[in-house]
Amino acid sequence: MNLQNILSEIEQKDPEVFDKLSDRRKAMKSFSNFAGKVALASMPFALGSMFKKAYGQTPTDVIGVLNFALTLEYLESEFYKRGVSTPLLIPAGAALTALTKIRDDENKHVQFLRTAISASGGTPVTFTAANFDFTARGTFPTVFADYDVFLAVAQTFEDTGVRAYKGQAPNLMSNNDVLTAALNIHSVEGRHAAHIRYMRKARQTSNPGNGLYVGNIKPWITLNNSNIGSAAVQASYNGEEITSQAGVSILNVGGQTFSAEAASEAFDEPLTKAQVEAIVAPFII
Amino acid sequence: MSTKNLTEIGLELNEKSDNALSRRKFLGFVGAGSAAIATASILSACGKDDNPSSAGVNLGSGDVGVLNYAYALEQLEAAFYVKVISSLYSGITPAEQALLTDIRDHEVAHRNFFKAAISAAGATPLQDLQVDFSTIDFGSRASVLATAKAFEDLGVTAYNGAGKLLTSSAYLTIAGKIVSVEARHAALIADLIAPGTFADTTDANGLDIARTPAQVLAIAGTYVKTKLNASNLPTS
Repeated sequence: MNLQNILSEIEQKDPEVFDKLSDRRKAMKSFSNFAGKVALASMPFALGSMFKKAYGQTPTDVIGVLNFALTLEYLESEFYKRGVSTPLLIPAGAALTALTKIRDDENKHVQFLRTAISASGGTPVTFTAANFDFTARGTFPTVFADYDVFLAVAQTFEDTGVRAYKGQAPNLMSNNDVLTAALNIHSVEGRHAAHIRYMRKARQTSNPGNGLYVGNIKPWITLNNSNIGSAAVQASYNGEEITSQAGVSILNVGGQTFSAEAASEAFDEPLTKAQVEAIVAPFII
Repeated sequence: MSTKNLTEIGLELNEKSDNALSRRKFLGFVGAGSAAIATASILSACGKDDNPSSAGVNLGSGDVGVLNYAYALEQLEAAFYVKVISSLYSGITPAEQALLTDIRDHEVAHRNFFKAAISAAGATPLQDLQVDFSTIDFGSRASVLATAKAFEDLGVTAYNGAGKLLTSSAYLTIAGKIVSVEARHAALIADLIAPGTFADTTDANGLDIARTPAQVLAIAGTYVKTKLNASNLPTS
């Protein structure tokens, strides 16, 4: 029995039968499920070719989200590249090793997203070091001369990245592979953020008089505290203070009492694309 | 082939409309697909009939099933950290105790949240799970932190793999709000064990990995006495 012949014959009886059975989202899910089964190892290429075979092109909104993510990854990648290669900025040893690892991760994210976008029939955006002003129009003039400023900007980028991916996840639900890849990057940004924060906690202890370190710096975000002595980064933390999720107050959920600090820490919050663009705009020339 | 038979096939396909595709798109895809892929495997890929053992407590189906799955994992994590804080390992520093207490609070909040959210959705939350921590030495820093790392990394891969199973964007966002906190926990625990290992779990592309519910529950099973049945969970 030949599947293609059967389907052809069914369509002769009811030309619209398959359109009746399908909707866009489910079709997308089916294709991406199939892609996962046949080509896990070459996922970016597979998901791209699935789209092109099925629809002739990838939905513009998905390409747009991927290019938005790529822009943020370029921002981070170029930031760490410059920092790691600046003599005497980062202390040798554990700090330099960690920031080199993060640089490498961000660079891989750039390459991964470029590959995925191209394979999906889109055109990846391209940025170079010359496209970025990491002083943010003079707000952080010593970002590559003062290690503590560098770490403050790094924490802001990582925490913002986590919030940015989180905010875009619902826009990727039409494709399982793209969504899962974005989630797999999202959690790595969370790991980076936690480590940068842990590094800053240690610097705070060894540099008690440095005003860049504020309050109890933890690997997670407490209320809307940046723990950075600069109002310029506050937009990356506004909204993190909420203590209610899906209509459920976390302060007394399950009959137990939680502080507002703990309730806010337990959930990271998304940012919209527009919010993220406003945050990163000063860094992009 | 008779018209009657075709009608029957059409009805069958209608019943499987979950994964049905428009004919043009489907045929276009089949035609373009690799010759190495048998028709049978294409049909299999479109089915949802993975049918493992029906034994154990059923997590349910649809989004609620996925929430129950997350609830099960949060129950496990919460029970673990409650025990960690009630029987602190020897030599724990004040800084470590503060961080682990924070994590306990986060995990208990996650657990209680899921129970409330599942009830709010008009569904019945999973029962309280019986845990088995007999393999963990709660007096040993190495044992506690190794277990914590295993749970946190497992949680990250579980949420990353569960995102695509949800149909509600609101629930997807909730899962996203939680998974990055689990990732923060995972990074911190890794750093406590060996400084600088916060992201050593990444693959060649710099990505964390995702696991299916079956993969996750097979790993978690060591610590959960209650047998869980994920056979009705969505697979895509």
